[in-house]
Order: sequence, then C-alpha cells, then structure tokens
Amino acid sequence: MATSAGLLTLPGRTFLHFLTYLGQLTALATELLIAVRSGVWRLKLVARQIVEIGYGSQAVVIVTGAFTGAVFTFQSYAKFKEFGFETTVGAVVSVALCRELGPVLAGLMVAGRVGAAMAADIGTMKVTEQVDALRVMGVHPVDYLVLPRFLAMMISMPFLVAESISFGLIASYMVTSFGYDMPSSWYLTHMIDHTNMEDLSIGMIKGFVFGMLITLISCHQGLSAENGAVGVGAGTTRAVVISSLVLLIVNFFLSILLNYAFPIGSV
Amino acid sequence: MAAAPSSMHPAVAQSASAETFIELRGIHKHFGNQEVLCGIDLKLYHGETLCVIGPSGEGKTVMIKHIIGLIQPDEGDIFVAGMHVNRLHEREMAPIRQKVSMLFQGAALFDRMTVEENVAFPLLESGVCDRNEIKQRVLEALTAVDLDDHLDKYPTSLSGGMRKRAGIARAIVARSECILYDEPNSGLDPIGSDIIDQMILRMQRRYGVTSIIVTHDMRSVFKIANRVAMLYRGKIHFLGTPAELEASPDPIVQDFINGHSNITG
Ligand SMILES: Nc1ncnc2c1ncn2[C@@H]1O[C@H](COP(=O)(O)OP(=O)(O)O)[C@@H](O)[C@H]1O
Ligand SMILES: [Mg+2]
Repeated sequence: MATSAGLLTLPGRTFLHFLTYLGQLTALATELLIAVRSGVWRLKLVARQIVEIGYGSQAVVIVTGAFTGAVFTFQSYAKFKEFGFETTVGAVVSVALCRELGPVLAGLMVAGRVGAAMAADIGTMKVTEQVDALRVMGVHPVDYLVLPRFLAMMISMPFLVAESISFGLIASYMVTSFGYDMPSSWYLTHMIDHTNMEDLSIGMIKGFVFGMLITLISCHQGLSAENGAVGVGAGTTRAVVISSLVLLIVNFFLSILLNYAFPIGSV
Repeated sequence: MAAAPSSMHPAVAQSASAETFIELRGIHKHFGNQEVLCGIDLKLYHGETLCVIGPSGEGKTVMIKHIIGLIQPDEGDIFVAGMHVNRLHEREMAPIRQKVSMLFQGAALFDRMTVEENVAFPLLESGVCDRNEIKQRVLEALTAVDLDDHLDKYPTSLSGGMRKRAGIARAIVARSECILYDEPNSGLDPIGSDIIDQMILRMQRRYGVTSIIVTHDMRSVFKIANRVAMLYRGKIHFLGTPAELEASPDPIVQDFINGHSNITG
C-alpha cells in the first residue's frame, strides 16, 4: 500500500524537483542580469577566465573537431563513391560540421572541461565559506564569480566552435586528398559552393548559447554545493551531466529554430 | 584576574547614554528538526567588547552570522546601526557590511590569492585606489597580527594559526566600526593568543571599535571583555560583566568556566 502510494507520488515529486531546479536557475539568471546591468564588469577577471576557458580549451576542441571531420569523411566517402557522388563529400561534411557536429561536440567537450572546473572551483569556495567571505565584504558572489565566467564564455565559445569546425574541414580535406587521391580542387570547389556564412553563423550562434547554458548550470551547482568535498564532487558530476544533456536537447530545438532563420542550401 | 581591562570600558557599556549598535530580538533558528537558537535577545552598545562563550555546537557561530546577514532568522528581528537586517535583500546589505566585518571560524581566506592580496581585498572592494595607501595599511594590519613576514604565501601553505591571523588582518584592515571574531584564539599558542588580545584592546581604545568575540579561551575573556554572554541550549544563559561571571553561583556557568564535564563514569 505504502509503496504503491510512493510510486504514484514519484512522478509528481520528480516534476516538483524539476520545477524547483528551473526556479533556481531562473533566479541565478535574474541575478546575473542585475550584475550585467550594474556595469561593474571586473575586466581583469574576465581576461583571466578567457585565458583559462578559451585559450586553455583550444587543444581539446581542435582534436575533437579534426578527428570528427576525418572519420566522418572517411566513412561517407566510401558510401558516396558507390553512387559516384564522392566529389560532394566536402559539401556534406562541411555543412554537418558547421551546423551540428562542430558546435555540439565542442560544446560537450567544454561542458566536461570548463563546466566541471567552474562547479569545482565555486563549490570549493562555497563549502570553505569563501563565498560567504565575499558577501561579508560587500561583494555579491554572482558579480564576482559568475559574471566574469559568463562573459568569458560568451566571448570564447563562438571562437572555439569556429576553430573546431576549421580543423574538422582541414582534416576532411587531408583525408580526401591524401587518403583517397581525390583532386583537391574538386573537393574545395564543392565545399566552398555549398557552404556559406549562414552555416558557419549557425555553428557560432549555437556555441554562444551552449556557452551560456554551461556557465549557468555549472555555476549554479557550485553555488549550491554543500557537505564539504563530497558535495563538491557530486556537484561537479551533476554539472557535467546536466550541461551535456541540456546541450543536446536544446541543440535539437535550436536547429529547428535556426533552420527557419537560415534555411539549409539557400545561398 | 577579574580586574576590568581598562577604566573606560564598563562606563561605555553601562552608561545610560550609550547607544545601541546591535540588537537581536527574539531570534529563532532551526536547521532541519534541530532547534539551534530559541529566542535570543541581546543588545550591544557602541564601543563595547562582548565575549560570547558556550559549549561547542550551541549556535555561537550561527548567532553572529545572523548579525551580518549571512543567515536569515526563522523568527525575530535584527538591527544593526538602526538598519533592519532581516528585512534587507542581499544587494541592500552593502551599508551594513561596510560597518561590520567578520573573521570566520575557518578564516575563509581566498585560496587563489596570497596573504597580501587577501588582506588588500576589502580595501580594493571598498574603493581605496591609492596603491601606496593599500600597501601601507595591509602591512600595518599584518604587523598587528605578527604576520608581516609572510606576505607572498598562499593560504594553503600556512599553518592553522597563521591562517587565523591572516583572517584577522583581513577583518581589521578596513577599520570597520564593528568586528565579529569567530574564535580568534583557537589554534594559537599562548603568546600568539596574547598578541591578538592586545590587538583587540588596541582597536577598541584607538578606534572605538565595537566587537563580538566568540571564544573558548577564558583567560582572554577576562582580559578583553566588557560583558560576557553565555549561550546554552539555544538561549542566552548568562549575560554580565566578567566579574559577575566569575561570581555567578550558576552551576552551568561555573562548570563551563572551570572546565568541569558533567559526564560521570
Ligand atoms: N548550515 C547549517 N545547516 C545545518 N545545520 C547547521 C548549519 N549551521 C550550523 N548548524 C548546526 O547548528 C548547530 C550550531 O552550530 P554552530 O553555530 O557552528 O556552533 P558553535 O557554537 O560551535 O559555533 C550545530 O549543531 C550545527 O550542526
Ligand atoms: Mg563556531
């Protein structure tokens, strides 16, 4: 009896937890907006975060982009050749990288690398009362800890995505021209003909949105950390898992939305 | 030992004209199903030094965190310098936090900053821009706690007592009107402890600082306190001068100040 009642209330309780979580994220976003409008931007901290987030994530994002581009080309080339379409591989890979693979994979890697660091850093400060120390000295934690990370992420992510896409294309080009002896001019012509600024913009816009989501979710986990080192660890894991899932879900809806704005194939 | 530390203090504390700086009215606070504070009433006068004693885990830290708005009460009201603390939003607390600073029990130094940067932080944040002035005041604060040889160290490479002292330097550097110290003497050797006591006395005499000191060190209570409050079972069990404390017939007070446990084998 008790268990069946428990089972019945479970969906309700999960939904309630979900709503509470959304409420907390909204509150953090509101606080962030107030911080932005206050105009105190602490550019030194933003610069330091850009170095840590943007500059430091390049290797990860480049390797991800390059090998995704390479393997995607390698697989599709073989299939396309059956139909005699192998020269169009460049166009397909390019559009896929720009619109989906570049931003999503770069986003996932950044969620793992940067989101985890944000949750761990802020979480450690929370459980050792450094966050309270900020408050006592009249500094709002969102102004000092979240805003610089947010601005740094907004600036860095589009570039990281662009970088990931570029190296993906370079890798794809190398696979076709060195691996398959395809005349490189064919590849290049097709690729350039069928990729336009819209495709690249979509990638960068997505990167921008993902960056904001990762920051919001990870900083929230950090700021709500409790129970010492155990809590910080759990919060860090949650930050990466939630960021990654949200990123994939939001990506789907963002694709639909952006395809209205920039229809595929239009020049 | 029970002699008043200075001729001016009791007068400050007891004169009818002394103005109230901090007032707690009927503070209740619980965490989960644990009642930590059950009705705290307390007044603190301008320029006074109050020591808060009481067994560990009785809510001394929770009580002083209420004063600076880090914890909101379930019930009751808090006034600091005429401002109604528990009615303010986080962003409206800036004026209170300019008047009141705090030493955390665990010091809460910023891991990413050196000792010098930690101590300079409150000055930078309160808008002091002159580099020389900052440098000089940081050095002054660190000298007061005998830590001026360790400017460039990071908190993780300091001992517990040194971290505590760096935290004290950060709490006093901005020369707030009121300073809350959470166990400033714990982790310090007797000499270090005396250095801190002298510093607290000096702050009171020279700048008229109002202080609340949570401590377990009865020796320093008798050295620095104008009044003593004992927190027990979520209430102010005793409130009075150090002399009254010593003379109190209350067995709980006597057991505490003489260090007798009631656990019998
Ligand atoms: N944030 C919190 N969440 C839950 N319980 C807390 C919290 N802060 C303090 N407590 C509890 O309140 C009681 C009083 O704590 P504290 O004020 O730190 O004691 P002390 O008098 O030693 O400073 C303790 O039992 C502690 O477990
Ligand atoms: Mg305590």
